[in-house]
Amino acid sequence: MSDDDEIILSELDDDELVQQMFDDLYDGLKEEIEEAVNILLERGWTPYDILTKALVGGMTIVGNDFRDGILFVPEVLMAANAMKGGMAILKPLLVETGAPRIGKMVIGTVKGDIHDIGKNLVAMMMEGAGFEVVDLGINNAVEKYLAALETEQPDILGMSALLTTTMPYMKVVIDTLKEKGIRDDYIVLVGGAPLNEEFGRAIGADAYCRDAAVAVETAKDFVMRKHNQMAARA
Amino acid sequence: MTSPLAEMLKTRDWLMADGATGTTLFNMGLQSGDAPELWNEEHPDRIAALYRGAVEAGSDLFLTNSFGGTRSRLKLHNAQDRVFELNRRAAEIGREVADTAGHKVLVAGSMGPTGEIMAPMGPLTHEVAVEMFHEQAEGLKAGGADVLWVETISAPEEYAAAAEACRLAGMDWCGTMSFDTAGRTMMGLTSAGMVEMVERLPNAPTAFGANCGVGASDLLRTVLGFRAAGAERPVIAKGNAGIPKYHEGHIHYDGTPELMARYAVLARDAGATIIGGCCGTTAEHLRAMKTALETTARGPAPTLEQIAEELGGFSSGSDGTGDDTPTRERRGRRRGA
Repeated sequence: MSDDDEIILSELDDDELVQQMFDDLYDGLKEEIEEAVNILLERGWTPYDILTKALVGGMTIVGNDFRDGILFVPEVLMAANAMKGGMAILKPLLVETGAPRIGKMVIGTVKGDIHDIGKNLVAMMMEGAGFEVVDLGINNAVEKYLAALETEQPDILGMSALLTTTMPYMKVVIDTLKEKGIRDDYIVLVGGAPLNEEFGRAIGADAYCRDAAVAVETAKDFVMRKHNQMAARA
Repeated sequence: MTSPLAEMLKTRDWLMADGATGTTLFNMGLQSGDAPELWNEEHPDRIAALYRGAVEAGSDLFLTNSFGGTRSRLKLHNAQDRVFELNRRAAEIGREVADTAGHKVLVAGSMGPTGEIMAPMGPLTHEVAVEMFHEQAEGLKAGGADVLWVETISAPEEYAAAAEACRLAGMDWCGTMSFDTAGRTMMGLTSAGMVEMVERLPNAPTAFGANCGVGASDLLRTVLGFRAAGAERPVIAKGNAGIPKYHEGHIHYDGTPELMARYAVLARDAGATIIGGCCGTTAEHLRAMKTALETTARGPAPTLEQIAEELGGFSSGSDGTGDDTPTRERRGRRRGA
């Protein structure tokens, strides 16, 4: 690249800089994202605004293009990595400033299932959207989910299965939540290649998510609804 | 290098491969989440029955029960120290079935993905991936596999690692990828991209192609894509018997034997040389495919419209090749990678 094309981030005005961050996230440029986050902080942006307007805004474009078959897993992983760079700077500041939490998710692949690429993608995209994610990994029995729900107190429980033979286990987990009377304390999202909406409804999940981008959109919707309900009750 | 597959390809202009392994084993009682590879030792009779199903339906080659036989997959069942023996057994049982088949049948040593994401995006380095595949390949070789058969791969880097492992094992090999995401592999590789990638390998496979994915129509579009990209190497088509449907607690694939018979004939017309099925493809499907291949004359390569009309529509409007690939309009300035 010639010097003529060099973009000096600090010379861009706020709007241009945010637009450039969208592009840089899209291209998975971690250092540029870190630099831009620091510039916005210096300009007096709140950590919460940087997160929601610049980073989450950029990752939404990435998510949409992933959903539409324009971007694929490697590009999404690169973008998520760049996002993580920015988040590492913002995270302590978000806590310090008492910024509103976007949401928290506990996620894991169900018992008997060893596949985790899809689940990992969802975890990364959720983090990219500003959610706090606790990843339980693969092969989770119902006890493990319950323990994590107890300790982490998340808004969302995410379950993944890639095998047609393990997907029914999701129902076991949901039925156990019902027995314990805590089903409605959580938003339950399910996903995985062999699933479909019909299955999600049949087992009592709140929603089936076709891919990682849809998972993020669905999670945002449900968390917003939950917050609205709580506000209405208050 | 002796290559029974290359020899067979010299005398035949199409071969039939086998169908589903997983679907068949679940029907035999394999439980949710159990490793099929453990059955090579626990239930060799059932594995022999699986192989025989394909052989008796007229398959010219069948894949061994070793898809998840790499260390990284077996580790999840605490069997990471049994890679060599489980793979050897998979091939040995195959050898016995093939040698008593009454017609020439090849034993293809199945090697599935490690399940990990390759560096730099993920934690799996090329060296470790080669080592894992090589360990598996040596077991399959010791058990008497005629050819190694890498399948359901998504990442070009993993395909290359498996290729190197086959070279280290001194074995002839074939390799297919799964095109399941808008006509591309999960990692975004197009059919044309695969042709280019395959030809750049120092030890290109004897045959290459597509397996699994999203149903028969998509798979044939991929085969047409290989040909359009100028592939001269024999092409493998191993498509699923339709799409999985969930019905009251169990899963079945909606592709009938009649549909798979049409798929097989269209696959050959599209330019595939080695034709088989993947998930959901039973011996009944294979018999219908074999009869159709034997009794139907070759035709011209089907158009996409013809494929959609006969086998059903595609999962996406484009497969990433040609001019109608969706792209994002970018602002003027672009930089970086």
